[in-house]
Amino acid sequence: MGIPYFPGCTLSTTATGYDRSGRAAAAALGMPLDEIEGWQCCGATFPLAVDNSMAFIAPTRILTQAEHAGGMVTTLCVVCYHVLKRSQVMLERSPEMLERINWFTEQPYHGQVRVTHLLEVLRDDLTWEGLRAAVKRPLAGLRVAPYYGCLLLRPAAEMRLDDPERPTILHDCVRALGAEVVDFPYSVECCGSYLAVEKKDVPDQLSLKIVQSAKRSGADCIVTACPLCQYNLDYPQRSYHPPYVGDAAESLGIIRGVPVLYFTQLMAVALDLPRADWGMEGLYVDPLPLFSRGEFQTRPVPNEEADA
Amino acid sequence: MIPRVMVVGGGIAGMQAALDVANSGYEAVLVERLPSIGGHMAQLSETFPTLDCAQCILTPRTVEVGHHDKIKLFTYSAVESVEGEIGAFRVRLRREATYVDWDVCTGCGTCYQKCPFQAESDFERGIGPRKAIYTLGPQAVPNKPVIDPAACKYMLTRAEREAQGKKPQCGACAKLCPTGAIRFDDAPRYFEEEVGAIILATGYDLMSPVRLPEYGGGTIPDVIDGLAFERLLSSSGPTAGAVRRPSDGKTPETIVFVQCAGSRDPERGAPYCSKICCMYTAKQAMLYKHRVHHGQAHVFYIDIRAGGKRYEEFVQRGIHEEGTLYHRGKVSRIYRDSASGKVIVRGADTLNGKSTEIEADLVVLAMAVLPRADAPEVAARLGVEIDANGFFVSRNDEFEPVVSTRPGVYLAGVATGPKDIPETVAQASGAAGKVLSLFRQWEFPSPPTPLPQGARGVRSTK
Ligand SMILES: Cc1cc2nc3c(=O)[nH]c(=O)nc-3n(C[C@H](O)[C@H](O)[C@H](O)COP(=O)(O)OP(=O)(O)OC[C@H]3O[C@@H](n4cnc5c(N)ncnc54)[C@H](O)[C@@H]3O)c2cc1C
Ligand code: SF4
Ligand code: SF4
Ligand code: SF4
Ligand code: SF4
Repeated sequence: MGIPYFPGCTLSTTATGYDRSGRAAAAALGMPLDEIEGWQCCGATFPLAVDNSMAFIAPTRILTQAEHAGGMVTTLCVVCYHVLKRSQVMLERSPEMLERINWFTEQPYHGQVRVTHLLEVLRDDLTWEGLRAAVKRPLAGLRVAPYYGCLLLRPAAEMRLDDPERPTILHDCVRALGAEVVDFPYSVECCGSYLAVEKKDVPDQLSLKIVQSAKRSGADCIVTACPLCQYNLDYPQRSYHPPYVGDAAESLGIIRGVPVLYFTQLMAVALDLPRADWGMEGLYVDPLPLFSRGEFQTRPVPNEEADA
Repeated sequence: MIPRVMVVGGGIAGMQAALDVANSGYEAVLVERLPSIGGHMAQLSETFPTLDCAQCILTPRTVEVGHHDKIKLFTYSAVESVEGEIGAFRVRLRREATYVDWDVCTGCGTCYQKCPFQAESDFERGIGPRKAIYTLGPQAVPNKPVIDPAACKYMLTRAEREAQGKKPQCGACAKLCPTGAIRFDDAPRYFEEEVGAIILATGYDLMSPVRLPEYGGGTIPDVIDGLAFERLLSSSGPTAGAVRRPSDGKTPETIVFVQCAGSRDPERGAPYCSKICCMYTAKQAMLYKHRVHHGQAHVFYIDIRAGGKRYEEFVQRGIHEEGTLYHRGKVSRIYRDSASGKVIVRGADTLNGKSTEIEADLVVLAMAVLPRADAPEVAARLGVEIDANGFFVSRNDEFEPVVSTRPGVYLAGVATGPKDIPETVAQASGAAGKVLSLFRQWEFPSPPTPLPQGARGVRSTK
């Protein structure tokens, strides 16, 4: 049985590895993602002006398509998920807005689509036990720091996915894949989000803190569900590499890179899918050395002091 | 019509109300749930804005209540049911088993000095333990101990050991008590009291930090609440007044106070301002500096609410004379850095528009003032109303703040909403005044002489 899938623009252009690994992993789990037909951009930000009905037309149109596709839609991109879920909640709460938009689009939406993130489908439909049972190559010994960011969970009253301060959904996914969870204090901190476009230095600093903290907590890699988080944590790390590598980087207080992966990429590895389905080419900090060791042996935690 | 009052709650509000009524010659029955009276004030170190030692100003009152021949004191007791109406309430009380015969006990203290078993103490807010047989402190009134059956070795091992034909373990207190006051077979007792009016003064609790996961949710030992910090400052507290952090006993050199923790936050269930925390935070920062001269106190605040006589001056003194650093902004996250053992406080500084991070040794959360968790049941039992936040409702907020929605039942103290000690005491005296004017009317029921029609200031009513 396929699941109606909304890829969104980011996964179709820049985060193609997320799309590829997500589709491959879902298919391997017996729930292939069926791209909904004729989709367009969701708008990429949830409009905060309540009377801005124009901005709700795009998400409502996607919801209408999902309604035709079987009353459910799933996404990988957290930003799309955020926009669609909140639009859905808004339309449920405001019949006037729904009527207004329907009047404009002339494509009646009835307001009853289940908007999900793939993580939610794994948790609620497949279940973690189901995922664990499907794993062929458990990631035993791999220390993974789950990074949530904000858009996946907040505002909690509308997203209703998990506890915004102490979420567990990514933790549980990582554990189901056989890896070890590394709890670190920045796991629900904001990555700076779209400030990456306007004020580069803000996400750069935030990113340094987040990555540093994960590293100090002994993580081999960071795992996320959001392309924006992935970019904001991964891209700035390219400057930690040459010319500052190894000891030189450490003496300057600069750390060595920590790979930032999508949870679907970890799934692709754990489900033992072909390398091409891992979709790891576009990442700045190369994660492949992590997986080239064959089995993931438990290694001693790197000395925190030495890295700090 | 019975000119006798029952006061429920023996904090500063209940004590003041009982004393006012008793000192006017009428009898008061004071019911307190804990083994001794004083309420939260008994936990405080020094009080704003005078920095009086709380114990020193409280003890004369607790002693007066304890000895007053017009005050009948029921501690370790609660209201079971209320029947009747204004003028003639019949109240059934349940007194918990103390396992000590208080009529025989002299309060010598041998038992709790020698008891080898400890339990966590609510009164010490988790900062220090108490014994399985305990009083709430050296100045407790009544100064008689109770046994906690969930911590006492004798009582825990009793059923099993006796089934094996053996004696229960320990029993040290019973062996050592010079008056033979220990009664392991004690049971709850019930009493009935008839009164004409009731004053509800059940006070407050602080919100548990468990409800603020962004501040560690109660899992970081060096993140404590305001009352715990009062215990650290208090000379009768677990550290005898030395400021030492719970995790390793170190003197904190950088301390951060977080105001409005849970208050003014509709999503956390306390949409209101807790009213006292701006002031006690200013006080605590000052007292910290008095004890740790080289230390630095930081305060995060949204705005400073110091609306009281000499209150703003008090806050300014903290800033200018004691060097407390105030940062305007909310704290977004608190976590423990495992490498350094420091508590990292991240927040916004909205005056310079930047985010800040302080590496603290100890963090004190000014947690929201909440009504007692059992306020709904108490309200139902007494036939009064509570508001959406759980505080008791007055019949009229402007003119009758101490009158409940049920005739004959009056209200005082933080049970009606957050307030400090001076305001609490004023309200308690107000409630006592209402009761006394009732009693006076019952005893001398002549109506007041009407002024002649047309007299100055009197309007004719038609
Ligand atoms: C950290 C902190 C510092 C403070 N510092 C100051 C200060 O410096 N200056 C100042 O003016 N104020 C200060 N306050 C405020 C002060 O604590 C209160 O104003 C005062 O204690 C309120 O007294 P109360 O009698 O209304 O309530 P409480 O002190 O709560 O007393 C209520 C009593 O009723 C009992 N009770 C509850 N329910 C029942 C029941 N169902 N049956 C029988 N008994 C019951 C309780 O056991 C308790 O003994 C501070 C508060 C905090 C949290
Ligand atoms: S030893 Fe006996 S008399 Fe002394 S305080 Fe304990 S119970 Fe009371
Ligand atoms: S029997 Fe022992 S444990 Fe129990 S209260 Fe007495 S001394 Fe403490
Ligand atoms: S009194 Fe001050 S700290 Fe307390 S809730 Fe009000 S504003 Fe916040
Ligand atoms: S002086 Fe008036 S306006 Fe200013 S803080 Fe005080 S109450 Fe508010």
